[in-house]
Amino acid sequence: MTTTVIDLDTLRNERQFPFCPGCGHSTILDALDAALVRRGTAPEKTVIVTDIGCAGLSDQYFATSGLHGLHGRSITYATGIKLARPDLDVIVIMGDGGTGIGGAHLLAAARRNIGITLIVMNNFNFGMTGGQHSSTTPEGATTSTTPLGNLERPLDIRSTVAVNGSAYSWRGTSFDDDLVDRIEEAMGVDGFALLDVWELCTAYYVRTNTISRKTIHDIMGGLGLDPGLVVASEPRTEFAAALHAMAGQLPPAPPPKPTPTSHRSLIDGRFVLEAAGSAGGKVRSAVRIVAAAGVRSGLFTAQHDDYPTTVKKGHSASTVVFDPDPIRYAGADHPDAVVALTTDGVNRIRSTITAMAAESTIVAPVGLDLPETAARVIRLDPKNSPTRLGPASMAPALISAAAVMLGIVSPEAIRDAAAGFRSADAFEAGVALVDAIGSD
Amino acid sequence: MSTRYLTDGIAAISRGALEAGCDFFAGYPITPASGILMTMMREIPAHGGVAVQGEDEIASIGMCIGAAMAGSRAMTATSGPGMSLYSEQIGLAVMAEVPLVIVDVQRLGPATGGATTVGQGDVQFSRWGSSGGYPMIVLAPWSIPSSHRLTIEAFDLAERFRTPVILLTDKELALTINTVTELTDKPATVRSRPLDDTDQPPCRIGALDEVVPMRPYGASHTVRLTGSTHDENAYITKDPVVVETLNTHLRVKIEQHREEIERVHADFDPNSKVLVLSYGTTAGACLEAADLSRQAGTPVSVLVIESLWPVPETAIAEALQGIDTIVVAELNHGQYIREIQLIAGDREVRGVNRVDGHQITPGQIMEALA
Repeated sequence: MTTTVIDLDTLRNERQFPFCPGCGHSTILDALDAALVRRGTAPEKTVIVTDIGCAGLSDQYFATSGLHGLHGRSITYATGIKLARPDLDVIVIMGDGGTGIGGAHLLAAARRNIGITLIVMNNFNFGMTGGQHSSTTPEGATTSTTPLGNLERPLDIRSTVAVNGSAYSWRGTSFDDDLVDRIEEAMGVDGFALLDVWELCTAYYVRTNTISRKTIHDIMGGLGLDPGLVVASEPRTEFAAALHAMAGQLPPAPPPKPTPTSHRSLIDGRFVLEAAGSAGGKVRSAVRIVAAAGVRSGLFTAQHDDYPTTVKKGHSASTVVFDPDPIRYAGADHPDAVVALTTDGVNRIRSTITAMAAESTIVAPVGLDLPETAARVIRLDPKNSPTRLGPASMAPALISAAAVMLGIVSPEAIRDAAAGFRSADAFEAGVALVDAIGSD
Repeated sequence: MSTRYLTDGIAAISRGALEAGCDFFAGYPITPASGILMTMMREIPAHGGVAVQGEDEIASIGMCIGAAMAGSRAMTATSGPGMSLYSEQIGLAVMAEVPLVIVDVQRLGPATGGATTVGQGDVQFSRWGSSGGYPMIVLAPWSIPSSHRLTIEAFDLAERFRTPVILLTDKELALTINTVTELTDKPATVRSRPLDDTDQPPCRIGALDEVVPMRPYGASHTVRLTGSTHDENAYITKDPVVVETLNTHLRVKIEQHREEIERVHADFDPNSKVLVLSYGTTAGACLEAADLSRQAGTPVSVLVIESLWPVPETAIAEALQGIDTIVVAELNHGQYIREIQLIAGDREVRGVNRVDGHQITPGQIMEALA
């Protein structure tokens, strides 16, 4: 990591701070400026990211790069910048309001150990919108939205990030003599660093609550939120560096390979096959291979699957359209053939089976209960298979048997499509089941 | 016999993004868009870039905005519920002029709706889904090859206009494994992007429709960006002249260059009095229905809209020559038909709609033509 070291006496620009008299923001930003000067990173290699609230104005008073984003989302932009350009110094300034609404980002930043420095300008209320209570308002405090006292416990920002992987977690006040040292120290951390800086909102919070420079440390103690630094005991690799180290570790996926078309199909029009079985029964992967066999036979195929969100329980169904012509409409409400594998599957497509016409076909294992249907039903006996068919083999076997029996694809096309797959034997067994019918 | 590939829209979009030079992806799992997240998490590092799963959708698009402004080509992908969460950040990308590609794999809504069920309910939402009402560029693939091409073109337009571009696809187009003879339908590239490395104010506005090259973070000079109304240095301002100039610029930089964005796929019959107009997955049924009608001796024209927003008014006006009836087919309660009614004049406009989670069939289109 290379940084350009500069020698400036300030990284402030000529613009004057807009903050209220007595507001801690000016003090904290002066401390940040002093820390930036000591660090010496060039302004164009430094990005100050802010969001909404008075704290969100901060980026405009520095000669560095800046980003002023949405309320509570500054960590998200800072993370993106750091991931794209790990060589940049990225400083985030949030208020206690942004910390509350952006809490998920605070947690994620600590857990990732992303190399950004977060300064929370913590003045216990929303100073820009009228002094409403925030995620850090002490219990009992009076604000414009807690006229009878705040009922919510204040967020312990430092401890929260510290127990969730932050490399450097400090809580102090804008009055602390070591504020510049702490900011500089935090910026030197190779990982996530938090500075939770308590300060006074003279416009609102101090008008309705007893707090001053003299009492702010006592208040910390009274809340059980003592000042001080927590440093991660076991340093973790900084997130951007760790992610970049993964680049190139795996080779890119090969480009898509065309499917060879060396076989022939007997069908001369659109044909829809639906298979319905149970989750975990290899229904979709079996249909995928039979669809590939169709493509190998010069057909166009389109497959869409139907399964519940719990993928290992309940039904699993898959519909494939075979067509000598390109398939622009892949919908298929009325299958020409159904492979019914299990009761789960039958229950899922019960209405489809009931509505099937006389010229359509159902292939099912012997013993499986089917609803009333006009369709021709072909029963296959798994016992006729040369190899024992377990639950994971039934779908490949019966679906391949159906595809061969119906003349969609040849046994050779199935064999080629299944070659190399673990289920190849099960497809072969399906072809044998068709032979067994022939010899009955 | 022609070459055959078995593939799906997810693969086409992912491959298109990588070919476009996408080197940053952030996303959050959501059906039916998760396949793009998983593919990019696997493939972007393999191509030397960075991919990350965000803690939520807001973070995912926020990271994309940060990375894009640091010079990356960034993309995110989600479905309708995630688009709802993207909404405010899309506004930031518009205001700060951040190039970004956002994939919306539509599912049936509203709310959680049908997670594994097809729908096209985000058409107006993609246009008007962020506050303030500024032009959006929305491209809608209607086949696997066009998914690939339009992904690349989405990156190109995002950088050309420095704006978020939404690629609006749907569950069927994304997840149905179909057979194609070509992986793309037309050549597409991302134009080389001039990056600003001057000391000029980074948000300067020259001609109102001019798009100034983007200066990324880490260049030779500082750069600032903001979601607030701002001056040429991204300092917050309420100066009426500056504010109006900025807001007008954001509108006309796209509206005055609509012809660069207009994209349609036309399948016209010069003798037809009827135009079937559609987009996305529903276009396939329309093209199929047109062929069936022609075989039965009835001429039909089809216009597939690829650039939903801005509305490709020139291409639609051309398609309406000699037409007296327009059929608009879409998997919602009738969203794009509103745009067509505005430009249809005296012509009859019929909607074919479906919201039961199934696709519109060629048969339904044929019925509407009768």
